[in-house]
Amino acid sequence: MRMKTRVSAYTLSVALIWSSAAFAQQKAEVLHWWTSAGESASVKVFAEQFTKAGGTWVDNAIAGGANARTAGINRMVGGNPPTMMQFNTGKQFDELVSNALVRDVDAQAKAGKWREIMPKPIVDATVREGKFFAVPVNIHGQNWMFYNTKVFADAGLEPPKTFPELVASGEKLKAKGIIPIALGGQPTWEHNLFRAVVVGHGGADMFRQLYGTRKPDILKNPKFKETVELFGKMRSLVDPGSPGRNWNDATALVITNKAAMHFNGDWAKGEFIAAGQTAGKEYGCTVVGQEPKLVIGGDVFVFPATKDKAALATQDKLVEVLLDPTSQLEFNKKKGSIPVRMDVDVSSMDVCAQKSHAILKDPANQVESMEILSPPNFSGAMQDAVTQYWNNPSMSADAFIEKIVSAMRDAG
Amino acid sequence: MDTISIRAPSMPSGGTKTRRRMKTRLPAALALLPTALIVLVVYIGCMLWTVRLSFTSSTLLPKLDWVGFAQYSRLFANDRFLTSASNIVIFGALFISGCLIIGFLLAVFIDQNVRGEGLFRTIFLYPYAMSFVVTGVAWQWFLNPALGLQKLVRDMGFESFTFDWLVNQRMAIYTIVIAGLWHGSGLTMAILLAGLRGIDKDLWKAAKIDGIPTWRVYTSVVLPLLRPMVVTAVVLLTTGVVKLYDLVVAMTLGGPGIATEVPAKFVMDHLFERNNIALGTAAATIMLTTVIAVLAPWVYVRYVRPQGRHA
Repeated sequence: MRMKTRVSAYTLSVALIWSSAAFAQQKAEVLHWWTSAGESASVKVFAEQFTKAGGTWVDNAIAGGANARTAGINRMVGGNPPTMMQFNTGKQFDELVSNALVRDVDAQAKAGKWREIMPKPIVDATVREGKFFAVPVNIHGQNWMFYNTKVFADAGLEPPKTFPELVASGEKLKAKGIIPIALGGQPTWEHNLFRAVVVGHGGADMFRQLYGTRKPDILKNPKFKETVELFGKMRSLVDPGSPGRNWNDATALVITNKAAMHFNGDWAKGEFIAAGQTAGKEYGCTVVGQEPKLVIGGDVFVFPATKDKAALATQDKLVEVLLDPTSQLEFNKKKGSIPVRMDVDVSSMDVCAQKSHAILKDPANQVESMEILSPPNFSGAMQDAVTQYWNNPSMSADAFIEKIVSAMRDAG
Repeated sequence: MDTISIRAPSMPSGGTKTRRRMKTRLPAALALLPTALIVLVVYIGCMLWTVRLSFTSSTLLPKLDWVGFAQYSRLFANDRFLTSASNIVIFGALFISGCLIIGFLLAVFIDQNVRGEGLFRTIFLYPYAMSFVVTGVAWQWFLNPALGLQKLVRDMGFESFTFDWLVNQRMAIYTIVIAGLWHGSGLTMAILLAGLRGIDKDLWKAAKIDGIPTWRVYTSVVLPLLRPMVVTAVVLLTTGVVKLYDLVVAMTLGGPGIATEVPAKFVMDHLFERNNIALGTAAATIMLTTVIAVLAPWVYVRYVRPQGRHA
């Protein structure tokens, strides 16, 4: 902690003294929120590659996405930005673009053929006014279902392929004293589960209409009500200790054979790996739904606008490092995501990553994440509605739909 | 100085006196100037800025347009804000009265010259030394039905024992009150104990001679004498109520559902996570107005009226 403070104080003073003067050494201050063990190991890959390329990486990690973003945005507005800063793929940096606080990297994008080698949802989420304003570095699948292979084998059940199947086998597992679904009972994860049900049962178009176009017509669709009721049935498949639980504690329930299934993004793999388990052996991963649609998001780096030539050159170098095939592969192995470049060979990655890559090969299976489709304002209001519905078994599907209507109206 | 001040009252107008007073007060005023500036610019300035922003349509970055009371009408149509508001009232009433009652009883208990008084005082005051985050996490584990008290009692053989307030929508806010009481009662005890120790021993002797029962002395004689201490405790506890945030975040994260949401969390979430500065500042303004509405009569009674009477 103290080390970190000292480092950032140092960077600050360096930035103050050198910001206008051009200097030979390429020093890059990188602001991000990758602080957990797996995350910091993955960001180290970039740091090492950048050092190899002759630069100096100054790491400025701030715990907590919201904290880091607030700190970074304040520094940009205040005129003392870091060289490069992390965001999630999506709308988080919209206003930075419209206020000309970040530079475009479209020249590099054209040279590197980004539009061809990256999935379209990721490209669309990073391009504003026809230009790339950020560099995507990875793809996270958000609607994975992790399951405990032993628990399913002991119960004589196959991992469910669709949500109605899931509810049926969930009841059987519950009768055997197993927690069918391990859920971190915090609004974020309840909402994540809801989205997995919407895209898996309602389909990709319903997901896009709900979170993207946000017109109340979709709510009148009988299929939507059916999806909501299915989600409601899953309430009884969760153990009473769920409310307030952290997501990694929920993952631990699957690792320790107490629970059968767990919905989460592929970052949860880190927990299984830390427990010494291998994908495809002790645990499996699958996408539940009629067709395996993968909801994808990820991380990007933005480059705050600057007039300083040396800083611009440093930023160009960083872009190169981020998308270099070796750093892509090594970074994503540690991060749990898959390379954003679909042309990278993933045969050295684990089975879940390979599955993810295989699903995403078909553009029809790529679904933009909520972070890409909705403004935080609407996703927040949705989250409030979902958590109320999930935690109140007596609340009807219609009352929930009514809440979504007002969320759509308020978020405009 | 002395001669002047003796002569001063006889003078019809206070001209010289005021100038003199100005002279002696100037250094003091200069010394206080930075503080005054900070109060004016930082506190008052930020308050006005917040109120101004609540009338705009700002999202991620502040924008100075004017949308009238639109944010306020959205706010009062928002389930989560209404739940937050009623939660803070429940929490405030139970927390303040609970802390006062428990704190007073503990203080009276220690005041009986019990053996090992220092030890008890430390034990009772100890929770206050913990941050709300630690308190929240500890109580979350203790009250979690799958980990804590309920499991413990069930493992001892009482299979039907149920204590699931933490995960029960209707009761969850009371678990926050319990954790708050555990945290705050010790401080109240310390304040009231200091007051009890300051009470004239002769009063007790006089009561003994008159044959008044002890409980009666406490309620009718001691308690009224403790009024300043009680006021201090109430003020301290009230600030705790208004800024209630970290305890909820650590313990329930506002859940289950939105059952334990509080206004401060509403403001924080909308300012920093949902890019909705306008709605967040509108909620903050409502909080400020409520605090002012509660404080105004008290300030009037305590500071404004007595001066009026003396003059």
